[in-house]
Order: sequence, then structure tokens, then C-alpha cells
Amino acid sequence: MNTNDQQHPVSNAASPEPGDAPEKRKNGSGWIILLFFIIGLVASLLSGWLVFPNLLYSEKEQPIDFDHNLHMGVVYEGCQSCHYFREDGSFSGIPDLYACSQCHQFVQGPDPEEEKFVNEYVQNNKEVPWLVYSRQPDCVFFSHAAHVKGAGMSCENCHGDIGTSDHSRTYQENRITGYSRDIWGYNIARLGEPKHGRRMKMNDCADCHEREMGHKGYCFQCHQ
Amino acid sequence: MKIDRRSFIALGVGVIAGTTLTPVPWKLTDDISIWTQNWPWTPVPKDGRNSYKTSVCTLCPGGCGIQVRKVIDRAVKIEGLPEHPANQGRLCPLGFSGLQFLYGPSRVKSPMKRVGERGEGKWQKISWDEAIEAITGELKKLRNQGKPHRVAWMAEDDRGTVPQLIGRFLTAYGSPNFIRASGDASELAVYLMQGQQGTVGYDIENADHILSFGAGLLQGWGSPVRMLNIYGKMHERKTLVQIEPRLSETAAKANQWIPIKPGTEGALALGMAHLIIRESLYKKSFVNQRVFGFEDWTDANGIAHTGFKTRVLKDYTLEIVSRITGVDSKTIAQLARGFARAKKPVAVGSCGNGRLPGGLGESMAVHALNALVGNINQTGGVSVMPEPDYAKWPEIKIDETASNSLQQPRIDGAGTSQYPQARYLPHRLPGVINNAKGEPPVQALFVTGANPIYTLPDTNATKAAFERIPLLVSFSPYMDETASFSDYILPNHTFLERYEDVPSPAGTTLPVIGLAQPVVRPLYETRHVADVVIQMAKSMGSFVGEAFPWKNYQSFLEEALKDHWDKLSKNGYARIPSIEDATQPGKFNTPSGKFEFHPSALDSTPNGDKAVLPSFSETPIEGKPDQFPLLLIPYDSMRITNGPVGNPPFMTKTIDANVLKDQTCFVELNSKTARKMGFSEGDRVVITTPKGKAEVRLHLFEGIEPGVIAMPSGLGHVAYSKYLAGKGVNFNNLIGPMEDPMSGLNTAWGIRANITRA
Repeated sequence: MNTNDQQHPVSNAASPEPGDAPEKRKNGSGWIILLFFIIGLVASLLSGWLVFPNLLYSEKEQPIDFDHNLHMGVVYEGCQSCHYFREDGSFSGIPDLYACSQCHQFVQGPDPEEEKFVNEYVQNNKEVPWLVYSRQPDCVFFSHAAHVKGAGMSCENCHGDIGTSDHSRTYQENRITGYSRDIWGYNIARLGEPKHGRRMKMNDCADCHEREMGHKGYCFQCHQ
Repeated sequence: MKIDRRSFIALGVGVIAGTTLTPVPWKLTDDISIWTQNWPWTPVPKDGRNSYKTSVCTLCPGGCGIQVRKVIDRAVKIEGLPEHPANQGRLCPLGFSGLQFLYGPSRVKSPMKRVGERGEGKWQKISWDEAIEAITGELKKLRNQGKPHRVAWMAEDDRGTVPQLIGRFLTAYGSPNFIRASGDASELAVYLMQGQQGTVGYDIENADHILSFGAGLLQGWGSPVRMLNIYGKMHERKTLVQIEPRLSETAAKANQWIPIKPGTEGALALGMAHLIIRESLYKKSFVNQRVFGFEDWTDANGIAHTGFKTRVLKDYTLEIVSRITGVDSKTIAQLARGFARAKKPVAVGSCGNGRLPGGLGESMAVHALNALVGNINQTGGVSVMPEPDYAKWPEIKIDETASNSLQQPRIDGAGTSQYPQARYLPHRLPGVINNAKGEPPVQALFVTGANPIYTLPDTNATKAAFERIPLLVSFSPYMDETASFSDYILPNHTFLERYEDVPSPAGTTLPVIGLAQPVVRPLYETRHVADVVIQMAKSMGSFVGEAFPWKNYQSFLEEALKDHWDKLSKNGYARIPSIEDATQPGKFNTPSGKFEFHPSALDSTPNGDKAVLPSFSETPIEGKPDQFPLLLIPYDSMRITNGPVGNPPFMTKTIDANVLKDQTCFVELNSKTARKMGFSEGDRVVITTPKGKAEVRLHLFEGIEPGVIAMPSGLGHVAYSKYLAGKGVNFNNLIGPMEDPMSGLNTAWGIRANITRA
């Protein structure tokens, strides 16, 4: 497809059309056509690779700048202290207001972000609208238990070094889908592994499963 | 050097070529496809804290334990409660669809008063205080006129504390007319023969030979999930014999299916009894010592009586029974021997899923088989499950008005001299009202849980009768047929929003009760019906008010169940010792203290012993054979609920395309009959009975007796919402009630019908 598209105009420009006088065609107009073609090609390549990715995502800050590093220093069970498995094996995900207010019923430290959290959310009994970097569509079933407990994977394996971060990083939201840029990956060509853990498109699941288990898995395992 | 059209074409081609080499088209395609999945009108459940609430499903009498998964405050999934004795963690399609009742569009959101014509659908929203004041005002007026006995209350069930509170209200007020919406022949048969009042439980788990006389054991009978669980373990050496005119789901899964002429099941039971007695296969240890009326006997006045044995040996020979039932003698003999020789046989006799009509004679005949094999109150046998005794009712004081009007006969005729044994005869109500001259015998009718305009036979007559009732009050949480026809709707909480004690699961011998608990906070301005009863009583004042010393229903229930509350709220169920005691072997409360083939409660003087012993008499059904050459019978299905609540849309989705297609339902007809009448598969026909007509389509089916039409019951709702209404035909539009001369119960198992091309 691509090669055809490229060659077609080139050959058209270079070869004389039947019925035209050959002298006229040699007057350099072929070069102009080629030039215009190249301008179009380069401009679209540049905008497609460089401008488009920046246009596609909007940048949002988390409602509260969360310091994972600080929290890791005061809890006893690492990530599990807040992101735990419930009794029924389901994963709690991001703690809700109730969980946070177990400690932050009142302001405890000098951090203005904590003060903001207590004043705006705890006191008003309002859930924090966290922007979830790894949020998947509702049609995707993902079991943390199967990966963490079953396969013994660590949190960092997929979520990267978020546990040691001092600040919440900027959330980049896809303007069309509303999902985080983390899912597709920061590199628009999906090359290399991103800084913040793994990419999380369906093919990423399948690739890892094929690598680790020898099989990509079946549709209904995730699309239940 | 000239820039012309070609240059711009080249530019465009360059852009296109370049773009295909960038991620733009591929990434956009992917993003747009995800965008289409996230349109704002696509329902996506909220994400949040998950929790489970334990409760009991009360959509049918099955009493299944449920756990409801909630995300934050919204219930998102109803699941079976693991280790609940009734359903063992599993659930039926109706239970799974339960959230559609809670969140569906058919809810009544506040008390309503009718402003248009009856059934016109014009309502005015009123406050609870206004509603209760208006209704108690009417009740006070009737009481001042000395007519409390003209008030009736129809409820779906008579077990549990809510119906008992209603009964108490009626007693204090002075009305004898608490009417359960369904009569039950097997309950009455067992009461007469064993002297124990309660529902009939069958220990099918421990039986090894199940003989079902038309009971839709796998089609919603009793506690449906329990039955499917038992079927799942059928490899544990159980034999199921299904006797019915149609190859139902139960019949198809049975070890043996005996097609029989509709309405003759009782005769077959007696034919089997004949052979069991003739070949002396009955259990002597039980029959010789623990029964009354088996052998011929002479009473205290020296009058000789015929016993069951003589009667059956003489009148129900295999030849006679074969002629009545259409089942050949050899098969009857084989059935009888198989039943009597099994280790733990049990005979089950209620038709369909337990809601279909049946006569007393038939139920007694089937129960007699259980007595012959001695499985009464035994493991693998039949027991009577009494009303538990945990509710402590302070003595009730009544005034003279109440006392006088309580002496009046019930409006439905139950317990009167005509039908002294019957407790409830709801199907008689429309006839009584329609036939009354002058002032209608019912001045006010209250309806809780039931939906008589849909479930009573002969819908037109029922509507005509209800039209005559000056005050019709529905407590339905949904805009069902009866609610939409009433004067006031005082909406109850749905089953997921209220407390209620749940009697032992229907059809089981489990000595347990359950507790339904609010899973979510009430969504609308609804009120628990028991609270409304208490408020109505207080508003009535004097003796009526004094009969209700409780603050509200919850405090009453917590007090009544205080010994069991912790267990109930945690496990969903608790064992009740008083039920356990009542199901011990050897307990018969009959005058003779024995199992009675000849019930002492029945008077044999007028019509002789024949009329009292289990017997078969052909039930007349409506319609002349020359005008209506076919028979129409209903059938039950696990995928269509046919009780007071309508079939939720999730369940309707599971109905086969040869049962319901678009808005039209199919009736089953044997292909022989169809060929003779010139019909073929899928034909649109009009089915006519003496009661009405309806357009349906034909499904040719070899599993139905020639000359019989079978129609699914539970379809044809006209109320609720547009998602539920208008699908198929309500069987009750086409049939009328038929009174059993002995008990008054409805015995209309079918009706004569004809079909013509539409």
C-alpha cells in the first residue's frame, strides 16, 4: 500500500503522457511536482510524528499532589498497606476517602497538599477524583490476584517506580478516549519500555503472556 | 517553473503518503473505536468500594439466601449466598434479575391517589400522612356503619410476621377476610389426613424414587434452585418419574415420562394404590399401626364404614384407571411396583410449579400413596412445616363491633358451612362480587404482595368485580396490573430495601427461617407495608391501635427474633427448634391421633364414605366439545415467572423463539392435530375459549397429547413498564375458575378451546 502510494505519483510525473509533446514535459515541471510531493511528505511526517502526539493529549494535574515516598516511610507493609487485597480476593485499587481518613482525619504535617486534602475532601466527605494512570475500559477484566499472588509479580513490574516518587506526575489524558497516555505508552511508536512501568494495551498483555506463558490467552479471559 | 494543478495534487499525494507513514491513522482508528465504547449513554457502573450484603430473596417462596454486591451505595449484582441450606450458593434467573425490580422504571415512587377513571393511569402524588388519613377515614366510616366484615385484605403469602400483622389488624378491626392469593390443595389434603396445619415439605434430597404427578419439579416448583441442585446430583441414584400430559422440561429430564390425559392424575394415583394394596406391597409397620380408615370400620354409633382398602380394590382396578387416564395397565402396575419397592419413595402432587389449580381429591390420592409407603415425617418423605412460634403476640382486645362482624361468614366462602375446610378461596371472590345484587359485598380491598388482576383466573370477571369495589388499595412497589387499577397506591419497599422474616423455603423440609434485610437505602418515598399497618392501626385508635404496641415493624421484628437475630443477619438463616419438633415422626394431630385415610374432619353423613375417602371424580371443565374441540392447558417454565411479579426483561431475553417471538407467544399443538386441522408451524391463529380469545402462533410439538393446546403461563402483562408489558398472552384471560365441590378450591386445570386462522 505504502510503496504503491509513493511510486504512483512519481512514475506519473516522470513518464510522458500519450498525446503530449515530449519537449514540453522536459521543462522542469517534473521537478516541481517532485518538490511539492516531498514538501507534503515531509510536512505530514513531521506533524504526524512530532506535533500530533502533543495535540492528542491534554495535561492534567492530580487533585492532590501525592507523595508516595513519604507514605512508604511511615507504613509497615509497603504497597499492601493501602493497595491491598480484600477478603474475597478482589483488589482494593486506589484507597477511598474512608481509608485515607483513617489517618488524615485531621491535618498532621506542614504539607499544604495534606491540608488541602483534609479541608476540601475529608471535611466535606467528598471522594478525591484521582486520575488513574492505569485505568482500563469497563469491558476489561483484570485480576490483580492472578498476577500478584498467582504469578508472584511485583507492583513495580507494571506500575514502575511510582512507589518511590515524591510527586504525582502530570496525567496526560487522551482527548478522544479519555484514558491515560500510560496505556498506549509515551512513545507514540510504542517502542521501548516507558519510564513509568509497562504499557497496557491489549497487545501488551498478549505479548507478555506469550513470552511468559507461551500463549497469548483467550478473548473471554479478559473480556468476560 | 510553473506551479499548477499537478503540483497541488503532488502535494496532496505527498501528505497522504507521509501520513500513512506516521502513527496518525492507526492511532486515531484505535482511539475512535475506544471513544465509541464510551458514549455517555452507555451505562458504566461506578467504580468504588465493594461490599456484600446478606439477605434472602423473596421474589418467590423459594427462600434462597443471597449476597448482593454493592459498589459504594449501588447494588450491582445479586449472587447466591454460599452455604445457605436452600440454594447452596446458587441462584435462579429471577433472582439474578432482581435488580431490575429495584432500579427498573416500573417503581411507584410515592403514595398516589387516582384522579382519572379506574385503570386510566392518571395519578396525583400525595403525602404519606394524607394517604393514611384518607384510608383510615374510609375504614372508620365502614366501622361506624357496622360493616368491618366488608373489608378484605389479599396477600400473596400467609406465612411470616408481615401477613400475621395484617391478620391482627383485621381481627382488631373486625374483618374475617384475610385472603391468601392462592389456594393450595396439597396443604389442605395433608391437613385433613395428618391434622397439621402448615406447608408441605418433601425431603427430596434423601428420597431415591420421586414420583411427580405433574409437579414442575425443574420448572420453578417449590424452591427452584434447590430442585436444580438436586437434579445436578441425580447421578446419586435417584429415579424421577414424571406424570403429565406434556413433555415438559421436567418430563424430558426424568427417567420415565408417563403421558396422561389432562386432569386424571388422581385416578392414576388410586390405580397405583390399588396394585400396591392388592400385591401387599405397602409398608405394614406403618399402615397396620399408625393409620385410620384403611380397613373397613364401625363407628361409635354402630354405623359400618368402608375403608380406603376396600374402596380402592373395588373401584380403581387397573382396567378402570387405564380407561380414565389413557395409561395402560402394565405401565400402571410397573409404576406402582417401582414406587413401592424403592427404599425411599416420595410422591409429589402439586401441579406445575405449585400455583396451578388442583382438586382436593387428587391431592389426597397422591398423599395416600405416601402413607402406603410409610414415608410421613421420615427421612426422604413428606412433612408438614408449621408456622414458627417466635413472634410473641400480646392478647388482643376487641370491641363489640369487631366481635359481631368477626362472626360473619368470610366473603370468599372459606370456612363457611359450604366449604368448612378451605382456608382461602381467592378465585371465588370475583364471582361473589359480580353475582351480588345491590351493594357489593366487598367495600374495601387491600392488596399486598399479590397481583390478583393478573393471577386470578378470568381476568375480565376479576376486573369487573374490582370495578365494583368502592375502595381498592394496593401496596405494590411496582405499577402492576392491580396497582394501576386501584384507587390508592401506598408503595411498599422492594425486597432489597426492607426487613422481613422469610418462612422456610417452599417444598423443603428445612426447619429454618430466613431474614430479608435492606441491601440499599430506599430509593424513593416508599414505606414498609407493616409500618403502614401499624400507623393505620394507631390512626384508627381505641382497640385497634392498642393491638399494636410496637414503635415500628423493625423494633417488633428485632424483639421477636432476638434469639436468632445475630445468626439471621450474618448467615441469612437460622434453625428454628419448634419447626424441627413438629416434623418428628409420629406426630399426627388428627382426632384419632393417626394418619387418616378417612379424615375425621370431613363429614361422611350426607354423601357417604365415598365422598370423604381419597377418590377421583372427573372434573368438569368449561366449554362444549362441539364448539370447542380442543383442550387448553397452561405450562410453567423456569424462564418465565408467573406469580404476582412480572417477568423481568433479563429473563424475557432467555425465552426461546418458539415460545415468544417479538410480541406474540406460541402455543404448542401436536402435529397430528395440526395436520388434521390444516395448520402448520408458525401459523398465526386465534384461540377462542368460553372466557375469551387471543391471537397466538402455533408451535408444532410431538411432546403434547393430540387434541391439547399448551400455553406458557406468566406472559401477557399489561402493566409495569413498556419493557415488561405487551409480550404474549395472559393465560388467565382465557380460563375461568372451577370449584371443587368438596373443598371449594379451584380445580380448573384447563378449559375447552378452538383455534381458527387469524
